[in-house]
Amino acid sequence: MLSFLLIILAATFFTGIIIRTKSIASGRKGPGIFQPIRDVIRLFKKGAVYSETSSFVFRIAPTIYFSSVFVAMLVVPFGQSKGLISFNGDFIFFAYVLGIGKFFSIIGALDTGSSFEGMGASREALYSMFAEPAFFILMGSLALMTGHTSFQEIFSTLHLGSSITYALGTLAALVFLMIAMIENSRMPIDDPKTHLELTMVHEVMILDNSGFDLGLILTAGYLKFAIYGAIIFNLFSGVVAYEYAIPLFFIMQAFLAMVVGIIESFMARSRMNHNAQFIVVLSSVSLLIFFGALLVAGKFI
Amino acid sequence: MIITLAFILIPFIAICLIPFLKVKGKAIAVYASVSIIAILTSTLAFQGLTGANFSVTLLGSLISGPINIKIDALSGWFILIINFTFLTGGFYGLFYMNAYREQKKNISLHGILFVLLHTSLISLCTIQNSIAFLVAWEIMALSAFLSVIFEHEKIATVKAGINYLIQSHVSIIFLMIGFIWVAGQTGSYDFSSIHSYSQTHSGALSLTLFLFFFIGFAIKAGFIPFHTWLPYAHPAAPAHISGIMSGVLIKIGIFGILRMLLLIELNYTTIGTIILVISILSGIYGVMLAILQHNLKKLLAYHSIENIGIIGIGIGLGCLGLGTHNPVLSSLGFAGALLHTLNHSLFKSLLFFTAGNVYQSTHTLDIEKLGGLVKKMPQTSILFLISALAICGLPPFNGFISEFILYTGLYSWIQNAQITSLITIVFTISGLVLIGGLAIMCFTKAFGVVFLGNPRHIFHHEIREVSFFQLLPLYFIAAFICLIGIFPVYFLDLLIKPVQLFTGMQQLQFASFSGNGMESLLSISHASWFLIAFVILMLGIRKLALRKRTVTILPTWNCAYTAPTAKIQYTASSFVKTYSKLFGMFFLIFKKEKEVTGIFPAHAYLETRPYDKIEKWLIDYPTTNFKLFLGRFRFFQNGKLQFYILYGILFIISIISIPIIYDKIILFIEFLKQL
Repeated sequence: MLSFLLIILAATFFTGIIIRTKSIASGRKGPGIFQPIRDVIRLFKKGAVYSETSSFVFRIAPTIYFSSVFVAMLVVPFGQSKGLISFNGDFIFFAYVLGIGKFFSIIGALDTGSSFEGMGASREALYSMFAEPAFFILMGSLALMTGHTSFQEIFSTLHLGSSITYALGTLAALVFLMIAMIENSRMPIDDPKTHLELTMVHEVMILDNSGFDLGLILTAGYLKFAIYGAIIFNLFSGVVAYEYAIPLFFIMQAFLAMVVGIIESFMARSRMNHNAQFIVVLSSVSLLIFFGALLVAGKFI
Repeated sequence: MIITLAFILIPFIAICLIPFLKVKGKAIAVYASVSIIAILTSTLAFQGLTGANFSVTLLGSLISGPINIKIDALSGWFILIINFTFLTGGFYGLFYMNAYREQKKNISLHGILFVLLHTSLISLCTIQNSIAFLVAWEIMALSAFLSVIFEHEKIATVKAGINYLIQSHVSIIFLMIGFIWVAGQTGSYDFSSIHSYSQTHSGALSLTLFLFFFIGFAIKAGFIPFHTWLPYAHPAAPAHISGIMSGVLIKIGIFGILRMLLLIELNYTTIGTIILVISILSGIYGVMLAILQHNLKKLLAYHSIENIGIIGIGIGLGCLGLGTHNPVLSSLGFAGALLHTLNHSLFKSLLFFTAGNVYQSTHTLDIEKLGGLVKKMPQTSILFLISALAICGLPPFNGFISEFILYTGLYSWIQNAQITSLITIVFTISGLVLIGGLAIMCFTKAFGVVFLGNPRHIFHHEIREVSFFQLLPLYFIAAFICLIGIFPVYFLDLLIKPVQLFTGMQQLQFASFSGNGMESLLSISHASWFLIAFVILMLGIRKLALRKRTVTILPTWNCAYTAPTAKIQYTASSFVKTYSKLFGMFFLIFKKEKEVTGIFPAHAYLETRPYDKIEKWLIDYPTTNFKLFLGRFRFFQNGKLQFYILYGILFIISIISIPIIYDKIILFIEFLKQL
């Protein structure tokens, strides 16, 4: 319950901070950090334009996408307090429920019959396929280190004691951050601010969405960032008491948002055909973490 | 005894009646026979699932000895799957075959084969005698072959059928070697002699024996590299036959492997590793090739290989659990495999039936020519979508449940595994995840290109939804898919007895699934409910929010390009272009291309045809070489009668002279010895 509220709160400012950081980095003043929320609220009040090619799939796809992210959010715990949905193997459910959202956003894009949206859909399908093994191997290593298989139990028993575990924790945080970037189609996989449809991934998939539907898609994006931020925070929070953990949580989220902003300001987007390699590297890093976890668990003989 | 008699008599009467009835009568006779047999055997199967085994001993013949018939929990589970698929598939087939009602003789034959196929499949699950088993296996293989070539006026269909016929006989050879081996050593054809043989002989011998059976059954199941018949036979057959083939016929291979695991005592770790490796490869390779296919049914056929791989992963994990004395892993592995067998039979038959609907209304299966069917055939599209989501293993559908069980097994194994097992775990998890991701890619492509967007081809006939009765069985299957996804616990309870058969082999304690981390299935059930409720809630909110707003319908935004045509849409090939470039080394893609040249280019085209590398090296290459070798002996067959008579005389002379010469040689040796 606690994580639910905290993630929603964090989602309200996460994307705003990214945008603000980017503005400051490029020498502009930039909008307030709640501007994305204002945009979404404005969108919710608008009417909609639908393509004459599209069918009911296009109309329900954004809703299902949003719902899948929302339900995935309920699985994420906060320190000792469980998420609303928590059971052994809940992280499998987490990944697969995000999968159903992805499936619908892809077929929603294909439903418009536009060549641009088909292009985005094709890329999204490929990249998300590559990103998933990294997540599962990473959770496997965490399960190995802690001996548990649910988010809450893993995170509440994850003790970062020795230096090697700190190294692993940092690597894990890096992998989660990169997965968050891929899931949200940010740098270096995709540039949300690009103006050329040919080089877009996520933005080009939602070209035809408008009004309420677009609002839902954007909100889901904000939530996704906050969800991964919460997971990264959980890696380190362990048994910190709530009165420290809650402020720390917000500081961490703001910090992550700034990191994302800085990455986006100072890094060029990688070429489209290098993206796949980049994402596969993530799986290799998570394999590295797995072997590190083997070392910690003393399974190397 | 009466039951066995009824089981043989009812199909017999139906088969005798079918040729003499009118088309409607034929349909009724077939379906009545299938339903009666289904009801009869399902009751026995349910009893078997609850632990009350049904068994009879038939007299048999002098050679085969008494034939034991037994329905235990394992046979029960498979019989139920077979019956369900035959009942729905048969009902669908009644209406699907309506288009062919003029071909009366062909329909009679098809009806007879349908009954035979059903009866032989059920017998295979029950027979405990190797000779009777082989006979039933042959009936099954032949009736499946003849059902596949229903449209025998097409050359491609007959070719696909013969390919299947040959490969299924290769599978029979392997099974025969296995059975004869045991019978030669023990003198009995009963299955129990296999068990006693493996108990008394060393591990290596049992392993080789098992491998013979495994290859025989793997050809039927479609494990890599024995899968090459599958992508030909499935598209060639009528839709209900493809659904049944993919749904249950290949599962009889899985049944065979499981049955042999129960009978042969082995080193379970070794065999588990072998099965696991083959299965992971099958899963990944199957789906990787599926993505490239342009023929909808061929795409689905490659997906069968993938799903057989997932089932195999379950079996492999179960064996490894037995080998490492890990009750949780072994029960979850076998439970996942058995549940996925059911799940796959549901969503794959549904996919084939919907593909059949598409074929009936458009007369093509080439997905590059389809598009925008969702507006013409909304019900078929929704049914296809449900099964596509299920086959991708997404919640809240049934595919997720079986994959979740496998994942739970793997992650629970992590806690007490050692280094080699851990590496196995990591690769299995990565394999499963990759399979899932690739499946999403494949089915977004299939659904998106076939049903969404604008039509890519102008058909000169009206495209319309099939009749309500043809859709009825499909709704029934879809309901089952959702039911398993939302209430997995009840279905898992049915699996307790079959799984106990396996865990019991190593005397592993097995209480119920609740102790094995499976209480989370209840939570999944709740989470699925929540997901569905939340989606409905959001759709309601959306409806309310849009009620007072203006909703406009306009052409698709084409980035300021105002004259879009259906041709600029993304096609199936362009959707997977990046993918096929990335994984190019695993595929064999034949290209036919005429490039654009000149200032006013006239005609240009690009045609790609994906081909199977394994098929090239394992089937085509040896076949061509063998043909070349045999070609050297063609001079024997020169068409001259005199030569043929000469061959006959030579043959007779050699037959007569060989014993004489043999005697002479013996005599000569005796003579030498005396010296």
